[in-house]
Amino acid sequence: MSKKDKPVFESDALPERQPGVPVLQIADLNVRFPSEDGVVHAVRGVNLTVNAGEVVGLVGESGSGKSVTSMSVMGLLDENAHVEGSIKLHGTELLGRSDDWMSEVRGKKVAMVFQDPLSALTPVYTIGDQIVEALQIHGKYSDAEAWDRALELLRMVGIPNPEVRAKNFPHEFSGGMRQRVVIAMAIANDPDLIIADEPTTALDVTIQAQILDLLRVAQRETHAGVVMITHDLGVVAGLADRVAVMYAGRIVERADVNDVFYHSRHPYTVGLLGSLPRPDLDKDEPLTPVEGNPPSLLNLPPGCPFAPRCPMASEECLAAEPDLLETDLAGHTSACIKFASLSDKKYEEIYPHEEIPAAAEQGTREDAEVILHVDGLVKTYPLMKGSVFKRRVGTVHAVDHISFDIRAGETLGLVGESGCGKTTTIMSILELAKPEEGRVVVLGKDTAELSKSDRKLVRQDLQVVFQDPMASLDPRLPIYDIIAEPLKYNGYPKARIASRVEELMALVGLEPAHANRYPRNFSGGQKQRVGIARALALEPRLLVLDEPVSALDVSIQAGVLNLLERLRVEMGLSYLFVAHDLSVVRHIAHRVAVMYLGRIVELGPVGEVFDHPEHPYSQSLLSAIPVPDPVKERARNRILLQGDLPSPANPPSGCPFHTRCPKFQTLDEADRARCTGETPLLASAGGQVDRQVACHFPEGVSVF
Amino acid sequence: MTEPNFSAAGATNRPEGSTSTAPATGPQLDPDLDPAEAEAPASGKRLSRNRLIWRRFWRSTGGKIGVIGLALVLLLAIVGPSLARWDYWVVDDNAFLSPPSADHWFGTNQGGFDIFAMTVEGLRKSMVIGFMVAAIVEILAALIGASAAYFGKRVGAILQWITDLLLVIPSFLIIAIISQHTAGSRNSTWMLIILLSAFSWMISARVIRAMTLSLVSLDYVTAAKFMSVPSFVVIVKHVIPNVASYLIIDFTLGVVSAILGETTLSFFGFGVQKPETSLGTLLGDGMGSATTSPWVFLFPAGVLVILLLCVNFMGDALRDAIDPSSKSGGAA
Repeated sequence: MSKKDKPVFESDALPERQPGVPVLQIADLNVRFPSEDGVVHAVRGVNLTVNAGEVVGLVGESGSGKSVTSMSVMGLLDENAHVEGSIKLHGTELLGRSDDWMSEVRGKKVAMVFQDPLSALTPVYTIGDQIVEALQIHGKYSDAEAWDRALELLRMVGIPNPEVRAKNFPHEFSGGMRQRVVIAMAIANDPDLIIADEPTTALDVTIQAQILDLLRVAQRETHAGVVMITHDLGVVAGLADRVAVMYAGRIVERADVNDVFYHSRHPYTVGLLGSLPRPDLDKDEPLTPVEGNPPSLLNLPPGCPFAPRCPMASEECLAAEPDLLETDLAGHTSACIKFASLSDKKYEEIYPHEEIPAAAEQGTREDAEVILHVDGLVKTYPLMKGSVFKRRVGTVHAVDHISFDIRAGETLGLVGESGCGKTTTIMSILELAKPEEGRVVVLGKDTAELSKSDRKLVRQDLQVVFQDPMASLDPRLPIYDIIAEPLKYNGYPKARIASRVEELMALVGLEPAHANRYPRNFSGGQKQRVGIARALALEPRLLVLDEPVSALDVSIQAGVLNLLERLRVEMGLSYLFVAHDLSVVRHIAHRVAVMYLGRIVELGPVGEVFDHPEHPYSQSLLSAIPVPDPVKERARNRILLQGDLPSPANPPSGCPFHTRCPKFQTLDEADRARCTGETPLLASAGGQVDRQVACHFPEGVSVF
Repeated sequence: MTEPNFSAAGATNRPEGSTSTAPATGPQLDPDLDPAEAEAPASGKRLSRNRLIWRRFWRSTGGKIGVIGLALVLLLAIVGPSLARWDYWVVDDNAFLSPPSADHWFGTNQGGFDIFAMTVEGLRKSMVIGFMVAAIVEILAALIGASAAYFGKRVGAILQWITDLLLVIPSFLIIAIISQHTAGSRNSTWMLIILLSAFSWMISARVIRAMTLSLVSLDYVTAAKFMSVPSFVVIVKHVIPNVASYLIIDFTLGVVSAILGETTLSFFGFGVQKPETSLGTLLGDGMGSATTSPWVFLFPAGVLVILLLCVNFMGDALRDAIDPSSKSGGAA
């Protein structure tokens, strides 16, 4: 807002709760940013109302304007942003206020929980001091009172031993614990509105379940309105009362949570739900991706912004942008002129199917060729102390006697929380060096016995696709050079490189004519396709996929998953698929290995492990995944784990899981002694050969 | 309720938002996420990175002053000799220590040498030294710094050790002593370039090493390793181009410090030796008569200040233009 038209406000009093007035009213909010290429219209006419005690889920893919909307409420947008419209807190206008005034509102009336708990806390002050600071800025607390209140808050958010922990620094807390502290600070002054911007995206799934639980408690305690910003429809299904779906800077659909999930009235919502792999259902058919990419918010063409990707689009859709209007359902608005023809259709009826050829029927698993055999793999890191004279004070068992094998045409999903050793496992395999202990056999060749030139040959059969498509492609090289690189240095005939690159680009669904573009000209999904093309250049037998879709939006992710599935069938590939998103693993993997503290605790066919997990850790892990189905999600019984992952430098004795194990609590003394004394080994369970579990007292439980 | 509620049953049919059109032109960028993420290919013309940087650069006043100023100084260095009425080695017996006049634009010194001709010659020499040294320094720094980080362990430790050792050696004294021995030879300028380069790459190399350390852990470097790409190729193709923006900035600032180093040395008589001349030598000569006949000192000093200021302005503007988080993005 420019200085000239600065509004005059009647009073400087902070907004107070008034009966009958919603906590937050956003009306016709428009936000524009300058950029090198012109003005970006990031938020285009958003209307939103939040009542006290209500959780509103704001859902959308990256770039849809959800975070910008929340930042405008907080008054935290960059100075050069141009904001229009109205944002009212308890009926008092917030836009155009001075920063000093907004500082009073922030923290006292409106609180925010950010995505990254690490950067939300100052590393040089103790947790207690930071909460005390938040309290004393806004309220009249004496030092002692503030400290007592800080301890009370820490206790409330479930930090054990708050008297001791309050004197610790942020780096001494785990990610989940930090997010608890951030929530404690957010509710410290009893705010009327809490904005949670992807509060669990940076966290592991079991921690996510704890934090979502805590947010529910915080919301009840403060009776605040909550705006929950997320891209995860599962989180919304479990937490939100109402949902607003954003696309290209506008709300395209908003309704009660059940209506959005079961009676969508906008094709984008239908597409989002359809492209989401489900953790609770067997995969029977390919996902239905929403083709194309979200439009740029710069120079948006007239008409419905979703029309270019919409399977139902017709001439009328391109005429003018549809307004958000009432539909046939009460309280359900949609920005689609054809909502009537959508009535309760399944996504399969709207979105075209992608046909993936079925894999040739093969014999039993035992007959297939073993592509990768890992036997008792160990990887340790020394723990050093001292600055001048380094001495070894301990050993981190990052990977502790892991064994599995992958057969031809098979996908093994490796799942577990961060720090459980997934990445170390695949890096040890990819290095093709002699492991510290155990054996890694790739296509019948033991890596311990490889010469340098052998290793180069084996490398051609073993390629990798990384998690972050931004980081895995050199930004300075055109796509052609990126894909040609493995060909160039592995003795591929020079004359045929150009045609091979073209072939590869076509294979992964990229336009070969774009070979001269740079990575930054491609969207995230396309970049990941480039990464896949590069990995396939040398026709490998085994592809290691390190979280290949976790950086992608849902509608894009589905397309990449379908591509991987098609390539596996067509080229007879095997995948080692590392992921923390268990829904994706259920969709793509045949077998799954669950890791905990460097060990595999359960291994078996994906359907059986997901439907009847036997290890208590698998059970809690699976029960923590949010299911994008509100009724099912709210009726589920979560097995919440206590505490955090123990340090791998000092793992608990016996079964490494016994410190957090819910099953352990129910055992008698003698059985407990067995858990704490004897490390369970991976053994066949339920009489099945290919189903193994490392637990003394396995018991199948259904968690969905 | 004053506003149609989000949820109220039977809320009014209030159209949502006006579909105002943004006065936008050109291709697309979205600030909400990474620029690259937002772009869909095949629509709009795309600015190349170089054009983008140039635009951001030109937006800053400092950048404009720097470029224009440097161009003028460069022009002076190139066409100055043919412009001047006198050569710098010619003595005008009719004018000793004469103030600026139509004949001698910048006046003459005690020996009857034309100050304009000598300033132009000194400027040429100083610029050659400055740019050559900066270029050699960047090449050395890039190769040594990147190798130290990429090879890690033993090679890295040795390179790091050499770098640190050179940092603590009193380079000024060593250069002074060596250049004394080369005095009078025709190669004194070249010697000075080599000496100055040999003692100024270390800090840049350390920065490059730190930058490379973060690059080496990036996935595309790991990917190249897993694709059996030779180490040297990885360094030249993947590492150095990605620290190029730092190298460019460091180059411009390196020019400044090299010229300063050269002038300081020459000022004390250790650098460029007679009969060759440089701005530093001129300053040293003119210092004694700076108060009585200021033109002898002021003109070379003025040219030196303008040269250094312009290069510095350019460096600053370039840094802002390359840094995506700086404020040179214009206004809405």
